[in-house]
Amino acid sequence: MMLAAQGRMQWGAAATGLSVLLVLLVFFVVPVAKVFYVAFLDAQTGELTLVNFLDFFRTSLFRESFFNSLYVALMSVVVATIIAVPLAYFTTRFNFTGAALIHTLGVIPLIMPPFVGAVAMQMLFGANGSINLLLDEWFGFTIPFMEGLNGVILVESIHYFPFILINLSASLSNIDRAMEEAAQNLGAHGFRLFRRVVFPLAMPGFAAGAALVFLKVFDDLGTPLLLNVNNMLAPQAYLRISSIGIADPMGYVISVILVVFSLFSLWVSFLATRGRDYASVQKGGGGLMKRDLRTWEKVGAWAVIVLILIVVLSPHIGLLLLSFGTIWSFSVLPDAFTVKHYQEVFTTAWPYIANTLLYAGLAALLDVILATAIAYVVWRTNLPGRQVLDYLGTAAVAVPGVVLGIGYLRMFHDFNVPLVNEPLASWWVIIVVALMIRRLPYALRACTAALQQVSVALEEAAQNLGAGRFSTVRRIVVPLMAGGIAAGFVTAFATAAVELSAVLILVSKESDAPLAYGIYVYMQTAAGRGPGAALGVLAVIIVGVATYLSHRFVERTRAEREAAGRQAATGAA
Amino acid sequence: MQSQRILIEDLHLAFGSTEVLKGIDLEIRPGEFFAFLGPSGSGKSTLLRAIAGFGPKPSRGRIVIGEEDVAGLPPWERNVGMVFQNYALWPHMTVWKNVAFGLEERCVPKAEIAARVEEALQLVGLLELAQRRPSQLSGGQQQRVALARTIVVRPRVLLLDEPLSNLDANLRVQMRRELLRLQRELGITTIFVTHDQEEANTTADRMAVLDQGVIQQVGTPMELYDAPVNLFVAGFLGSANRIRGRVVAEAGSRVFRGAGGVVLPVPPDEAEGEAWAIFRPQNVRLLEEGDASTEKVRQGVACFAGKVLRAEFLGSIIRYALVLEDEEEILLDEPHRPGQHVLREGERATACIDAQAVRILRQ
Ligand SMILES: Nc1ncnc2c1ncn2[C@@H]1O[C@H](COP(=O)(O)OP(=O)(O)OP(=O)(O)O)[C@@H](O)[C@H]1O
Ligand SMILES: [Mg+2]
Repeated sequence: MMLAAQGRMQWGAAATGLSVLLVLLVFFVVPVAKVFYVAFLDAQTGELTLVNFLDFFRTSLFRESFFNSLYVALMSVVVATIIAVPLAYFTTRFNFTGAALIHTLGVIPLIMPPFVGAVAMQMLFGANGSINLLLDEWFGFTIPFMEGLNGVILVESIHYFPFILINLSASLSNIDRAMEEAAQNLGAHGFRLFRRVVFPLAMPGFAAGAALVFLKVFDDLGTPLLLNVNNMLAPQAYLRISSIGIADPMGYVISVILVVFSLFSLWVSFLATRGRDYASVQKGGGGLMKRDLRTWEKVGAWAVIVLILIVVLSPHIGLLLLSFGTIWSFSVLPDAFTVKHYQEVFTTAWPYIANTLLYAGLAALLDVILATAIAYVVWRTNLPGRQVLDYLGTAAVAVPGVVLGIGYLRMFHDFNVPLVNEPLASWWVIIVVALMIRRLPYALRACTAALQQVSVALEEAAQNLGAGRFSTVRRIVVPLMAGGIAAGFVTAFATAAVELSAVLILVSKESDAPLAYGIYVYMQTAAGRGPGAALGVLAVIIVGVATYLSHRFVERTRAEREAAGRQAATGAA
Repeated sequence: MQSQRILIEDLHLAFGSTEVLKGIDLEIRPGEFFAFLGPSGSGKSTLLRAIAGFGPKPSRGRIVIGEEDVAGLPPWERNVGMVFQNYALWPHMTVWKNVAFGLEERCVPKAEIAARVEEALQLVGLLELAQRRPSQLSGGQQQRVALARTIVVRPRVLLLDEPLSNLDANLRVQMRRELLRLQRELGITTIFVTHDQEEANTTADRMAVLDQGVIQQVGTPMELYDAPVNLFVAGFLGSANRIRGRVVAEAGSRVFRGAGGVVLPVPPDEAEGEAWAIFRPQNVRLLEEGDASTEKVRQGVACFAGKVLRAEFLGSIIRYALVLEDEEEILLDEPHRPGQHVLREGERATACIDAQAVRILRQ
């Protein structure tokens, strides 16, 4: 009887795994494969060909876009590094009260995507923005912060530097102090010590963060569009598809290039980190030696941090000013302040908000269900090929929203949903599905981490007492994972709520549009900037609250776990 | 290089407001293999690290190596070799690179670096593994690389913080012999910290026992074992029976009278007064039933009757716990031989001890 139950459970796990696989195939693998296929298809003859790629590189606009995208992504990594390294250094090297502040900066890319602040940045740093007006008045010169590609680089690096900060800080604080002491003992100190020992040990963390920044910037659609920089890859893909239509091969060629470079950057970061799980070799941990700052050093450190902080918060400040300002043009600050943009938003923009809550909520819910199932099948069963689910779930990181959107249009434009009588590609549900696939990696990471914290012994204890696998999952595993699942849900929700690129392609009528789309549309016109900014502030608040909640879930689970750990320890003693 | 002495005078050191080293005075002779022994938290690592220049700055005192006071020097200018407990091999460098590191820092010419690294790796028997990464080595091999990395720069002295504690028991015995051989070959003054008495006893020329940031006693392992100066050292090094009582004059000689009535012989020049009698279990022997007498005390042997409380088989010995007639409990060890008669719980027995095996401590 026991054996039969075992067999049944294995069967249940297999069914779960297969359903998940089916979802991933239909809504992820096949659409992306379709995009690749079309890119290699001769539009006239229907044969496989490289001619589209030749056309791409023969067109000077595309060549330019390609190099611009590369340049912007690389320069963003450079600028983000310049911002992140001193911050990481301060927090890990010194006993510094500003450390908490620096750590809070880490959530910025989560709570506000770059496109939301892009127009605000234009107001502050543009050719006629506040800063340049002041510079011109006081010193008689201006700085082209926001000129063309510069603007994209500035906005992107300000938003994404925390990825480098977080990863670099983590690997710095994982360095065993004895690593450093051993080098000092053998005569190294100062910069040589940093270069020969500390930096190489922190390199994997830096590489992981830098790759993420590269990928995010390379794939971003909203920021260049809003800054009116169209000669980059993602905007070109979008413009081709939206103006010429889904039959135009160039959109697909660009998609292939986007995916290939995303994969490439992930591969580089994989190479940089492979075989360098230094943490396992360093037994002590505990981070680098920290020392107290002298008074003048403290002043210097604070000065650097305040400067960086001002720059980093400028999109938020600008957005607030924009949302409360009346007219803001050729002046340092808006002419006067008003709440009428918020009134407008609250009277006309409800559908955007309602749609956002619905889409992001559904997508996040589906994400945690998929993620829990994947984590369980991968880590707790021995089904053959189960790793594939994990790979697929994670690989979604490398597929830009534009590409997924184009894939859905191409795949589902002639598939009529029964009863609704609308092509799936223009039904609102497809937006939810796109968000779900795009955010699955986040949920998957959270759920996998949560599952790995649940000791197998707890499950075995339940099975030993007669619980089958399904009831073990339901009564033991899921409750114990609850904190991680909640955190995964909220992260997926928060980031889905402000996703623009896939949405921009998939929204077929105004009434289906979520917040991000609304912000984008408003921001297009000078008159719409005020309400657009108000909507942006609203989005930041929604996402900020969600992020805070997710943080609370994680903290609370950890506190509970630690309390339980203490109990177990005292119980044993 | 010539062996250097280490002189520590009145060293005080605190972490914030907690004083961890409280006036350490110590002289370690040139070429000596010296051990710091003590319970956890006694300050052994702190003292060792202070010599290498790590940890908080000493609030008072001198650390002299050779003729130079190093207390004010940063770690990288001390030329003091340290082997870390977890080895601290840099995972991003090969074995060869790890060993070459210190020489490169000293700007030694390339050709000489190659020769010296090779020599050092040869010395620890790891030349074939030079191109491996630390993560591809076993614990014992990592230990050897750490050692090679330190000695290759020819430091003035060698400091080892529990160098063998991460190894399994067999490897530990082998490594400590190897360590001793190497130390003798190089003639380098060496300090090593250990929890393990056997390790200290078998390798150290002399050792210091620390407790609560104070050196309790310095001497050869045998001196410390046979003649502990206080109860802490007596109890820390091996097992000791201790009985509270007084030394009194009796019939022109001196005896120790325990609080419960035990009488022990003591050397005739022992001063009268409150005291503790200390003796080791293996110096107590079992006697046939019946003839305990104070008569024998004067002949330098004391015997007392008691009952067996428990008997533990420890392999080479059987350890009995006896309750004497005055309720005092003592341990005694009998060497184990096959077929030996083992007393059972509750059986009566008589134990005897020689006068010269009893040590009287005042405290
Ligand atoms: N970084 C530190 N900050 C504060 N107190 C410390 C620090 N390092 C050590 N101590 C304290 O100093 C005392 C001595 O520590 P030390 O590490 O020297 O002990 P030890 O003899 O080496 O012990 P063990 O055998 O456990 O290694 C301990 O009470 C410890 O709590
Ligand atoms: Mg220690």
